Amino acid sequence: MQSKATALKTPKRSIRESVGSRTLDIINYVLLTLVALVCLLPFLHVVSMSLSSNGAVISQKVYFFPVEWSVEGYKMVLNDPSMMRSLGITVLLTVGFTLLGMILTVLAAYPLTKKDLKGRSVISFMFMFTMYFGGGLIPEYLLMNDLKMLNTLWSLLLPLAFSAYNIIIMRSFIESSIPVSLEEAAFLDGANYWSVLFRVVIPLCKPVLATLCLFFAVGRWNAYGDALYYISTSRLYPMQLKLYYLMGMASDAANLAEGGAASYVTGEVVKATCVMFATIPIIILYPFLQRYFVTGIMIGAVKG
Amino acid sequence: MTGRMTARPARRSRFTHYMGRYWPLYVMLLFPMAFCLLFKYWPMTGLAMAFKNFKIVKGIWGSPWNGIDNFKYLFSRPESVGVILQTLKLNLLDLAIGFPMPILLAIMLNEVRNKAFKRITQTVIYLPHFLSWVIIASLFIAMLRTETGMLNVIAANMGGSKVPYLEDNLLWEVVYIFIGVWQSMGWGTIIYLAAITGISSELYEAATVDGAGRFAKIWHITLPGIRGTIVTLLIMTLGRILGSSFERVNSLSNPYVVLKSANVISTYIYRVGLSNGKYHYATAMGLFQNVIGVLLILIADRTAKAMGESGLI
Repeated sequence: MQSKATALKTPKRSIRESVGSRTLDIINYVLLTLVALVCLLPFLHVVSMSLSSNGAVISQKVYFFPVEWSVEGYKMVLNDPSMMRSLGITVLLTVGFTLLGMILTVLAAYPLTKKDLKGRSVISFMFMFTMYFGGGLIPEYLLMNDLKMLNTLWSLLLPLAFSAYNIIIMRSFIESSIPVSLEEAAFLDGANYWSVLFRVVIPLCKPVLATLCLFFAVGRWNAYGDALYYISTSRLYPMQLKLYYLMGMASDAANLAEGGAASYVTGEVVKATCVMFATIPIIILYPFLQRYFVTGIMIGAVKG
Repeated sequence: MTGRMTARPARRSRFTHYMGRYWPLYVMLLFPMAFCLLFKYWPMTGLAMAFKNFKIVKGIWGSPWNGIDNFKYLFSRPESVGVILQTLKLNLLDLAIGFPMPILLAIMLNEVRNKAFKRITQTVIYLPHFLSWVIIASLFIAMLRTETGMLNVIAANMGGSKVPYLEDNLLWEVVYIFIGVWQSMGWGTIIYLAAITGISSELYEAATVDGAGRFAKIWHITLPGIRGTIVTLLIMTLGRILGSSFERVNSLSNPYVVLKSANVISTYIYRVGLSNGKYHYATAMGLFQNVIGVLLILIADRTAKAMGESGLI
């Protein structure tokens, strides 16, 4: 259906192409190939470093292909307890966060699809307002402090799990794709809102549920800002924050020269391997991510 | 629905039988509302700090009010004013260079007739969107470092001199904008490609019959066909012109640029607030950014609606 529709839009190839049109095609293909290469090359460089020997990397012979193949870096990272610990924390956080986020999103979105629910517009406004206005970093930090959540994983699990944007996506999906008559039929059979939600609505929402799960999971996996604010014990560093310190990105900690010296101690190969470790799960999931993220964008864009 | 409600005995109060049916929905809403109140609205009360002389021993509510002194301080200091201007500058550059790129790319992709090539290109250019800022910064630091970065190694091998891409403030800004474009241009095409799909193919066929070339079709059919999308997204971007991504700036920052080119509102709040403990100044700066942000979004929404687009809110 989709591909048929796009096929129709593509300008039809006439039997005899003009020279101008063919030149345009060639330029277009060359430019797009260049763009794709620019997107890929920085990544290829780090992959190559992670698979090269330390010597080859230090003598700066590695560009876009591994030199003196070696998996030493991967062995070292796998044998490093602190790195594995960060990975474990991140996996745990991502799973818990996704679960909590989904529960919050479904429970908030479904009632708001009911047009005759009293107080609906007030509650909607209360949720949506948080997309445009908030307390900001310092008040949020002090809240974490008051709740005794600083330096605990709760600070990374709870505050971001409420996402008004995801609630909107969920709500507009339910409104646009679940016929009211279906729910009405369930009510005639004696169902109440709980059973309708779990037996009718959720099973019909699988595509959007998958999309939102991935939004939450990728968001948590990739974020490091909140961990930088709230977590100071290195035992609890999630993957991205660990990487942040490892790469010497903390600009207030040391000057660049020292950062450079420290980075040689860590070893370029190991650093490149750590980058790969944080990226491999994304790459594995990438086919799903691409498909479902596009779905999410479309639902989000349709909302009025 | 109303049919079933009026079928109930008329004696029961309206409220009772309304709740008899709807109570599960309110129970469902309790959990997210509690979350929203605690983690989103409770911190807003902390904004009172922007109008106080905060003393950590006295807490937020014990500290004395000082009116708008914090704002006067912020707007009288060259550093904090510079931070606001630097945020604006980077966002305007992002807008000028980053905004047209997805449009251009989408049109180029739409002209591709080889389906496999199109799909592979799309897959590759979407990828950066899924990487974290720490990863992206790591990738580019490996390419651009002055001593060991790949570009500089290549330049040195060819007899050129090394370029301090990340240490020179002007070059850093160029790199910052480039990386932003690199990260978002592919993903940004999706919405335009969808809009192009919505253009009637009859228009293209009629134009072909009239002897229009491909550039003419792009200019007279494709671009006008996605004008609505362009306007909406442009207004949305303008609404966020004073926003600043902490993770993007902070992960690319380093000691050479942290107080100059990489000194934007979000990193200023982090440094002055959390690192230096000047909570009231940081909160005042955050409140300023937030209020301007809301105003700009409202203006943007009104503008979009006045222009006949769907608006944002």
